[in-house]
Amino acid sequence: MAAQIFSAITVIIVGVGGCVAYFWGANKLVDIMFPSRGVAGAAAIDNLRRQGMIRPWLFVGPAMIILTIYLIYPVVETLRLSFLDRGGANFVGFANYEWAFGDREFRNSILNNIIWLAVVPAACTFLGLIIAVLTDKIWWGTIAKSLIFLPLAISFVGASVIWKFIYEYRGAGQTQIGLLNAIIQYFGGHPQVWISLPFWNNFFLMIILIWIQTGFAMVILSSALRGIPEETLEAAVIDGANPFQIFWKIMVPQIWGTIAVVWTTITILVLKVFDIVLTMTNGQWNSQVLANLMFDWMFRGGGDFGRGATIAIIIMIAVIPIMVWNIRQANKETGGH
Amino acid sequence: MAVATGKSFASRFGVHIAVFIFVAIWTVPTLGILVSSLRDKDQIIASGWWNSFASSTQTEAGRLPPASAQVEKDGKFVLEGNIFGDDPARDISAFGVKSSAPTQYPAGTTADLGDGETLQLNADGSFVMTSTKPFEGERGQRVYYASSAPPKFTTDNYNTVLFSEGIGRSFMNSLTVTIPATVIPILIAAFAAYALAWMRFPGRALLIAVIIGLLVVPLQMSLIPLLKLYNGVGSFFGVPSKTYLGIWLAHTGFGLPFAIYLLRSYIAGLPREIMESARIDGASDFEIFVKIVLPLSFPVLASFAIFQFLWVWNDLLVAMVFLGTEGDQIVLTAKLNALLGSRGGDWEILTTSAFITIVVPLIVFFSLQRYFVRGLLAGSVKGG
Repeated sequence: MAAQIFSAITVIIVGVGGCVAYFWGANKLVDIMFPSRGVAGAAAIDNLRRQGMIRPWLFVGPAMIILTIYLIYPVVETLRLSFLDRGGANFVGFANYEWAFGDREFRNSILNNIIWLAVVPAACTFLGLIIAVLTDKIWWGTIAKSLIFLPLAISFVGASVIWKFIYEYRGAGQTQIGLLNAIIQYFGGHPQVWISLPFWNNFFLMIILIWIQTGFAMVILSSALRGIPEETLEAAVIDGANPFQIFWKIMVPQIWGTIAVVWTTITILVLKVFDIVLTMTNGQWNSQVLANLMFDWMFRGGGDFGRGATIAIIIMIAVIPIMVWNIRQANKETGGH
Repeated sequence: MAVATGKSFASRFGVHIAVFIFVAIWTVPTLGILVSSLRDKDQIIASGWWNSFASSTQTEAGRLPPASAQVEKDGKFVLEGNIFGDDPARDISAFGVKSSAPTQYPAGTTADLGDGETLQLNADGSFVMTSTKPFEGERGQRVYYASSAPPKFTTDNYNTVLFSEGIGRSFMNSLTVTIPATVIPILIAAFAAYALAWMRFPGRALLIAVIIGLLVVPLQMSLIPLLKLYNGVGSFFGVPSKTYLGIWLAHTGFGLPFAIYLLRSYIAGLPREIMESARIDGASDFEIFVKIVLPLSFPVLASFAIFQFLWVWNDLLVAMVFLGTEGDQIVLTAKLNALLGSRGGDWEILTTSAFITIVVPLIVFFSLQRYFVRGLLAGSVKGG
């Protein structure tokens, strides 16, 4: 273990030092090749101009190279692979896509993903909004928010263990050590194996993600609520609006833009949800989702890259509208700056 | 924001109750594994963790000594002893000799087992079994009993998990992955963000648009091509394809769009006058960046660092693909996932391991929450 700590520290120093050395060295090199100090006026201006042309690329260069290798090339390559067979050797046209839509497990995944997309962003946003409004009214609201925010720091795997413990099942009449079944049994109900109940198990998995992400929605929406001018709310109160009218007719419309952002952010996260399904059920009992199915096909029977890539492309297609919307928004905001 | 409504006592009270219920739902699950990880492993399965301060009752089975231990007393054959052996730390409330009725007789009573045999089992575990005929056979009488043990808290689970289940090793692996994978993207992104915010060059607007587009590209798109690439590079140079360097670069690549986006919007908002007066004083872009921009950007750098740290520490997918699911390099999340498979019902192992994996993020989170929230707001309110 000591050796591992030592090598880790060495590598950290080398890696970080290498980055620093690159930026510093490249900058120095430009200064030496095109000196702007200690040369005659016209030459100095010329060299400054050249420096100005080269230096930005030195700064963005490493980022561009890494982005190209790790994100841009893979997008193109995944698209190509989705038209090839399992080993990536032969062109098979749309066969992988035809397989996908004929496959029972794939259709089940699509259906489950749609349910996840319909439930999780809505539940997180709604709960987050309610908690944000309520905690603003009480003196211990900050502490309450901290505690509700806390699951955001917990890994999906950790959260899965936490909830698996809550859903733990023992036969009827035995001492239940899972909280949910204990409550059910206390009120005279019949304990259930929650994560293998067909269809409903999806909801028990979704609860985990909702539990994690509500804090995110709460923090963002709470900050947006604080941005509503005090006068607007006071005017509504003077006009005799009740708390529900204030909430639905004043607050919600004012922060509509932020609600949309929270909603889309969680939507993207839901499309990529993988860890929770893998650790809770690994797709058994009809709880499969696309991201886990894709992982499965990457390694199943030595790996079928064609089918895996096809599933990745389908996830990507679902994200594209959000991507376009994002770029448009950003362009509007910066105005080309 | 003090909304001047709902002043009545009842609705005030209602708000407190509602918030309290939300807080309870959001904290109780985590509390459950923390409490369980500190309990004795037999008690975890004997009673719910919410009862961990009460004595736990469990039904167990034991065997009386074989016939060879009998003595003859007053014309009867007698077996005596203590069912707990030397460690009578528990209280027996009832016992029985049939698995269908394990608590048929209250402790201390003498049960008539028929055939002239009687059995008395006391609360402290001592027993007397008598028979009018000699006992026979190699195996003693099977006895079932319900016993209650006082609450017992221990750190044994942590010892087991850290040193014999390999969680300690995985903890170090997670640190080895996380620290460089947090520092490297910050450096690379900071330079790129400065160039995109304050330097003029052709194609800048396009680059910004591409980065915003890449923000939402699902990780899944990258996995197969990169796995192939890594395998290719590995076999070409004759080196392993699953290395720390590989995963650092992968995390750097996946974290860069958000890093550049977050840093650029902050750095672009720094006052123009500072940059210009420095430039007039003859400072180069490099000097401006190192001496002015970097120190001023500390809050946003901290925000991103926390994000990336939590994201890398909590990641399972990238670690499973690029570092493997077994062997020396396995990280905490992957280890926990493997334990869920191999030690599925051993809750003392699972709860303790889970708590170890979440304790670092929780410390980071509580000590640096302000920066975390700031980054969250900057990163999502403006875009995506």
